[in-house]
Amino acid sequence: MKKYKVDVAVIGGGSAGLAAAIVVKKAELDVLILERDKELGGITLQCIHNGFGLHEFEEELTGPEYVQRFINRAKDLNIPSKLDTMVIEFTPDKTIYAVNNMEGLIEIKAKAIILAMGCRERTRGAINIPGFRPAGIFTAGQAQRFVNIEGYLPGRTFVILGSGDIGMIMARRLTWEGCEVKAVVEIQPYVSGLIRNEVQCLEDYGIPLITSYTITKIHGKERVQGVTISKVDRNFDRVIGSDKFIECDTLLLSVGLIPENELTREAGAKISQMGGPVIDNNLETTIEGVFACGNVLQVHDLVDLVTAEAKRAGLNAVEYVKERYDIKVEKKDQIICTFGENVNYIKPDLINRTDLSKDIIFTFRVKRPDRRLLIQFKDDKNKIVYKRKKIYVIPSEMIELKLNLSEHQIDPDCKRLEVEVIPRPEVLIEED
Amino acid sequence: MSAKIKENELPEGFKDIRCIICPTGCLVHVENVNGELIMEGHSCKRGEEYAREEFVAPKRILTTTMLVENGFLPLIPVRSDKPIPKEKLRDALKKIAQTVANVPIKMGDILIENVLGLEINIIASRDLIEI
Ligand SMILES: Cc1cc2nc3c(=O)[nH]c(=O)nc-3n(C[C@H](O)[C@H](O)[C@H](O)COP(=O)(O)OP(=O)(O)OC[C@H]3O[C@@H](n4cnc5c(N)ncnc54)[C@H](O)[C@@H]3O)c2cc1C
Ligand code: SF4
Repeated sequence: MKKYKVDVAVIGGGSAGLAAAIVVKKAELDVLILERDKELGGITLQCIHNGFGLHEFEEELTGPEYVQRFINRAKDLNIPSKLDTMVIEFTPDKTIYAVNNMEGLIEIKAKAIILAMGCRERTRGAINIPGFRPAGIFTAGQAQRFVNIEGYLPGRTFVILGSGDIGMIMARRLTWEGCEVKAVVEIQPYVSGLIRNEVQCLEDYGIPLITSYTITKIHGKERVQGVTISKVDRNFDRVIGSDKFIECDTLLLSVGLIPENELTREAGAKISQMGGPVIDNNLETTIEGVFACGNVLQVHDLVDLVTAEAKRAGLNAVEYVKERYDIKVEKKDQIICTFGENVNYIKPDLINRTDLSKDIIFTFRVKRPDRRLLIQFKDDKNKIVYKRKKIYVIPSEMIELKLNLSEHQIDPDCKRLEVEVIPRPEVLIEED
Repeated sequence: MSAKIKENELPEGFKDIRCIICPTGCLVHVENVNGELIMEGHSCKRGEEYAREEFVAPKRILTTTMLVENGFLPLIPVRSDKPIPKEKLRDALKKIAQTVANVPIKMGDILIENVLGLEINIIASRDLIEI
């Protein structure tokens, strides 16, 4: 078995992996990117629409343009990568096992590892739908890959389940390719992706968005012949007598993404209830020297935020290799971050007490849309440590806050911090 | 709130436009009343500009793919280098579908010059090497 040694190994060569590797290389450490695909770039390569890069480059780029800039930078810096190389395991002592066609099984010993494996699409929601399992059911991302990279159409007439951004973007894309998109069906009473996509991908082409409906039957034995949609009430129970049949030959599922957790879990890192690995404020997982960034940590809607997070992971991995790798550190004293009213999850999961005077970036999502709100951080004695007004929240937009907790008089013995998003009390409303 | 803007060549009638600039998603009513543009429903200047442009001359950046010969991949993602008037999108798409590009391609290479005489180019969104 061929063996390699590096300072930092990056698993995944998408937007996150590239940005992290660039930072590490610039700090003059040895870095190696391991990518299972035949080229670098990740999911962004198939997102050929524009809307990327407004934060990072202050211009609106397509997905491929955005990531090409990072591929070029990595090339200029001679960052080594192994393509067609699938990581199958890593261990807490930071040994990675991977396979590729040229070398078979290889071993890479690293001082630090950056996890950047991205996410996968959920198929939940299709699993429970009654009917046979005919050909013609795909996830929206699979369809995106077929149409934009491989160059063939997975069907002619479509129904899309779920109003996530990828589904809506595919609705427009398929229309442009001469297909007919009969409807986008959403179980929630509101669209789950960005309004921009609802307007420019659906409304522009007269594609109906049917909210508070779901698919209750898939018709067809060999190939999809249509779907039955039914109205749901507030508890998502089917409303009797509301069934409608829609003829189509293909069903696309756009029902959400989940971090790629397999490798991380098998290595023994703790995984949060709501997705990716448990991390501290340095993006370090519960395995020392293993960092996570991008969609493998939390599903992002903006690639720019992925890049920013990946740069931080890169810097922290550098700091680890240079300052902490050789020292045995005692158990970290940490504050647990939890979430309450209308919050779906929060990152980081843990804050090192020694970092309380540093800027900490919190990211979280709400469970449901709401207006005129207050974002609040409370400690374990219910004291409000920080609060801020917010006009509008929706689940599809990740909220990011940079906070220096010591500036907000956090109790130094605090054990737990909870974030909640609550309606603004009357008095405050009058203030606006 | 309403705003009045004078214009020479305004489309007739009215349109209810959902502003996409920020997540608030205001519904802006834009109407041509005897050559004067009346706007209602926006909450800020950016929304006003967006709705006005969307009423007078809606445009979109076009992003699609073009066939390539002997490429590492069968397709190259492309885009228009400027926004294209909405009513020309279909024709531009047709033109792109009839074109085959040659490798090697660099991001930013012009693959169709002056498409439909609009003084807009169709450019490559990425590098693509030979197979
Ligand atoms: C379909 C889709 C559409 C999107 N549209 C937009 C948009 O319009 N605008 C925007 O700003 N953002 C958009 N995003 C968000 C943004 O593009 C992504 O969040 C971002 O690109 C994710 O980067 P990443 O590096 O974390 O993941 P990825 O780009 O998915 O990269 C992960 C990489 O890891 C590799 N990998 C995984 N497992 C292994 C393994 N075991 N061994 C080796 N390699 C492995 C994968 O092959 C892949 O290349 C979209 C995301 C998706 C999924
Ligand atoms: S008008 Fe202003 S506030 Fe309203 S959606 Fe547009 S940008 Fe947002």
